[in-house]
Amino acid sequence: MAGFNKVVDSYEAAMAGLQDNMTVIAGGFGLCGIPEGLIAQIKKMNTKGLTVVSNNCGVDGFGLGLLLEEKQIKKMVSSYVGENALFEQQLLNGELEVELTPQGTLAEKMRAGGAGIPAFYTATGFGTPVGEGKESRQFNGRDYILEESITGDFAIVKAYKADRYGNCIYRHTAQNFNPIAATAGKITVLEVEEIVEPGELSPSEIHTPGIYVDRIIVGKFEKRIERKILSSVTSNQ
Amino acid sequence: MSLSREQIAMRVAQEFGDGHYINLGIGIPTLAANYVADDIEVMLQSENGLLGMGPYPTEAQVDADMINAGKETVTAATGASIFNSAESFAMIRGGHVDLTVLGAFEVDCHGNIASWMIPGKLIKGMGGAMDLVAGAQNIIVTMTHADKHGHSKLLAQCTLPLTGVNCINKIITDLAVLEVKDGAFHLVERAPGVTIDEIRTKTAGKLVVAADVPEMMF
Repeated sequence: MAGFNKVVDSYEAAMAGLQDNMTVIAGGFGLCGIPEGLIAQIKKMNTKGLTVVSNNCGVDGFGLGLLLEEKQIKKMVSSYVGENALFEQQLLNGELEVELTPQGTLAEKMRAGGAGIPAFYTATGFGTPVGEGKESRQFNGRDYILEESITGDFAIVKAYKADRYGNCIYRHTAQNFNPIAATAGKITVLEVEEIVEPGELSPSEIHTPGIYVDRIIVGKFEKRIERKILSSVTSNQ
Repeated sequence: MSLSREQIAMRVAQEFGDGHYINLGIGIPTLAANYVADDIEVMLQSENGLLGMGPYPTEAQVDADMINAGKETVTAATGASIFNSAESFAMIRGGHVDLTVLGAFEVDCHGNIASWMIPGKLIKGMGGAMDLVAGAQNIIVTMTHADKHGHSKLLAQCTLPLTGVNCINKIITDLAVLEVKDGAFHLVERAPGVTIDEIRTKTAGKLVVAADVPEMMF
């Protein structure tokens, strides 16, 4: 009886079933809180034609930027993609499509997708290029556009600690898109720093309840820092 | 004299009210955090999921799991909370953030803002800017009054693709403080030593000038 033991012991098992042309939702903000080992596994599998939904696309040689090297990504759905020369090059060559989506709309698309809500109205983007071609409607005298939610064939998520049920917590701002990405995958895979005994995490502190999680793997993380700024350089406040 | 970046930031900080939740964009707005008055308490929201952003860390405090929306290492202030991106934008889109300050390429006298896309140049994305301008109670733009060729950035109608419509309340430039209402820019203050004529020359959109326009006080 496997019961609720969702822990797998290899990255192959963690990403089993990923195929060409699937949609993958990835947690993370910049390089913070990204499922490094799961991304590396997708690179190893050399799956092509992927639609990747993630706030950013990593940097050259790290994070989701790795998947650009063998042109595995067909389309990126992101709010900001400015950190990546290879991305720029493939975009200009027409090898890569990008759907720029406001950050809050992107988050809400995942949240709604995971909650079974097919679309929602938002004021964000009304009257801008983002709103072009989308249905709009007034509520209480204000204009809103209709945005469709997103679900993925896979969601790849980085968490801090999880138990075998998939109950997990995130650490600091490495939380970001991870909990909502976790809700929106047909198959949701957690890559975690540590597996803890059931009961060790208090039911009250769980960020993502295990019901959203299908597989868990323990990873090793480089945790690269994109912009290290110290208080001695300039006091921010 | 036109204001330096630091002086613009100092003037921005005068807009901060006690008990305000504030989101500061990258650049000059972020500098304003250095000039919060001693007798008020504000809380800075960083849209990646941090309410109560503290100073940059010391070397010993650096933590890869602790960054701000500019992807810079940061600390959490006392009273801070951390949450996911949907929660973060619920705060923003739900109108719970009292003040947003951000930069722009252009603002027009209808309160429209263009800040993310120049056709023909590579488009990196809007990040959270469209959500912020659609959601905050009060939105202030900081920018230079004119571009480096002397062309006004305060227009009758924005020419670049918009970030948001009819949403900007106030503009703080290197020359002036202006309110945006009733289809015009209303000159509220001018930088020390800057003449109304210079502001008039560098404001392409409709400008309303009161009989007496005080100089900014620092």
